[in-house]
Amino acid sequence: MSAPVLLRAAGVGKQFVRGGRAHWACRGIDFDLCAGEVLAIVGESGSGKTTLLNLLAGRLTCDQGAVHYDVRSEDGWHGGGLTDIASLSEARLRWLARTDWGFVEQQARTGLRMNVSAGANIGERLMALGARHYGKLRTEALHWMQRVELDAARVDDLPGTYSGGMQQRLQIARNLVTQPRLVFMDEPTTGLDVSVQARLLDLLRELVDELQLAAVIVTHDLAVARLLAHRVLVMKDGEVVEQGLTDRVFDDPQHPYTQLLVSSVLMP
Amino acid sequence: MMEEAHYNFAFLDERTKKMIRRATLKAVAIPGHQVPFGSREMPFAYGWGTGGIQVTASIIGRDDVLKVIDQGSDDTTNAVSIRRFFERTTGVRTTERTREASLIQTRHRIPETPLTESQVLVYQVPMPEPLFRLEPRRQESIKLHALAEYGLMNVRLYEDIAQLGAIARTYDYPVLVNGRYLTSPSPIPKFDNPKMDMNPALQLFGAGREKRIYAIPPYTRVQSLDFEDHPFEVQTWKHACALCGSRESFLDEMIVDDAGRRLFVCSDSDYCSDRRAAGHVGSQQAVEMSPAPGGAS
Repeated sequence: MSAPVLLRAAGVGKQFVRGGRAHWACRGIDFDLCAGEVLAIVGESGSGKTTLLNLLAGRLTCDQGAVHYDVRSEDGWHGGGLTDIASLSEARLRWLARTDWGFVEQQARTGLRMNVSAGANIGERLMALGARHYGKLRTEALHWMQRVELDAARVDDLPGTYSGGMQQRLQIARNLVTQPRLVFMDEPTTGLDVSVQARLLDLLRELVDELQLAAVIVTHDLAVARLLAHRVLVMKDGEVVEQGLTDRVFDDPQHPYTQLLVSSVLMP
Repeated sequence: MMEEAHYNFAFLDERTKKMIRRATLKAVAIPGHQVPFGSREMPFAYGWGTGGIQVTASIIGRDDVLKVIDQGSDDTTNAVSIRRFFERTTGVRTTERTREASLIQTRHRIPETPLTESQVLVYQVPMPEPLFRLEPRRQESIKLHALAEYGLMNVRLYEDIAQLGAIARTYDYPVLVNGRYLTSPSPIPKFDNPKMDMNPALQLFGAGREKRIYAIPPYTRVQSLDFEDHPFEVQTWKHACALCGSRESFLDEMIVDDAGRRLFVCSDSDYCSDRRAAGHVGSQQAVEMSPAPGGAS
């Protein structure tokens, strides 16, 4: 791919101390993510997928290596180009996280504000950026409700009254409203039943395609990776054992663990 | 009334007063920012203005003239108790007249009579954190203040308009002080919010239970939050005060009989009696409310 590099992980690692013993949750992870590219991180639970995602999104600090992101240089902010996110001020990182990034949580309840309506959820990022026109916020909210195939008539309902799949779609809308370039997703389809999963995946694929989003998707579901991702990173015990184009990795797994993973998928 | 000889002047010991003054100075230096302080047990229950009393006690001097109001009135239980407390522990002169007072402790109102540079207004604050109920984590709300990320407050206002058609907040209406800190004006009616803006008097806020002091120095910009297409508005009444005929002041509404007739009177008792002394007269009558509701809108 000839697109510019958006996110670069250079030897990223994180150490946790448990019972006085240091233990690497993930270590030595290298990859480049280009604009518009979708990367899936697969592996069994406990393999450090989510830790890696949190490192990439700046929610945890790296104990080893660094994460670089192509910070936009507009808004009077100096120093665009690939920047170590650890060198950004907290204010700048938070700004980045709510404009140029999205984060779709595994549990929609964590990512949503459950005590305000769907419309307010969608408008929150815009208001944080200084939008102060109710009519425009509302129009935007309705637009995004339709975009993620939610019933626009329910814009004033609390997210608690939504089904699991609708909550997840609302969470996606809430993240995409600022037109981010990069979205992090932590098991976005887990906990949904199969038909709802399929619809959500369809929607995600469509949005990623239309908006030219880059995404990092953590999942243990190989089907999700197959459907959405251009490239796959296979993790085991905190290290990347294999990475490559999705079809290559799944059709011709090289590492014994990947072979095991691919062969253990149930076929109906 | 006799001054108590067994207590220090203004009840608190000098070290405590010094600590509170220090917090107050910091609060004045950073308009709208909540400064933590070591709130003391007072001989009042929480909710009776322990924060305001501690601020008053630490700044009151022998030459001060104190006025205490509760919901605009000088003669409600809370106001009377606090006034008597300071009479007994300081012996300073007290007054009911806004113009004569140098120090005014208030609960939930700002006097209608404009304040001057030589006056200090002390508010009693139950909950100093305007992001309370929006952001449950204290640590996180401190961070939001530090980074001036106040979109959340507008989310609340958005929600009001979406659910109710208008911003429903009628008291404790959030303000932005000096273009920087989001601040709770304490539960004053939003009617009083515009009076805080560029007020010549020093405004101090004490929250005893929450252990916070904050301030709005004289001539500081105070904006009420709103949306461009739903601007901030204060309450208006279709009626005038039944006693003094004022149409400008904040009116209390009282149901006076079983037929539901209402009496509208000024909430600021000193303002009302001033006007009556100057010869203004109201209708002296309760009003029939049916069929159309005509209260505050």
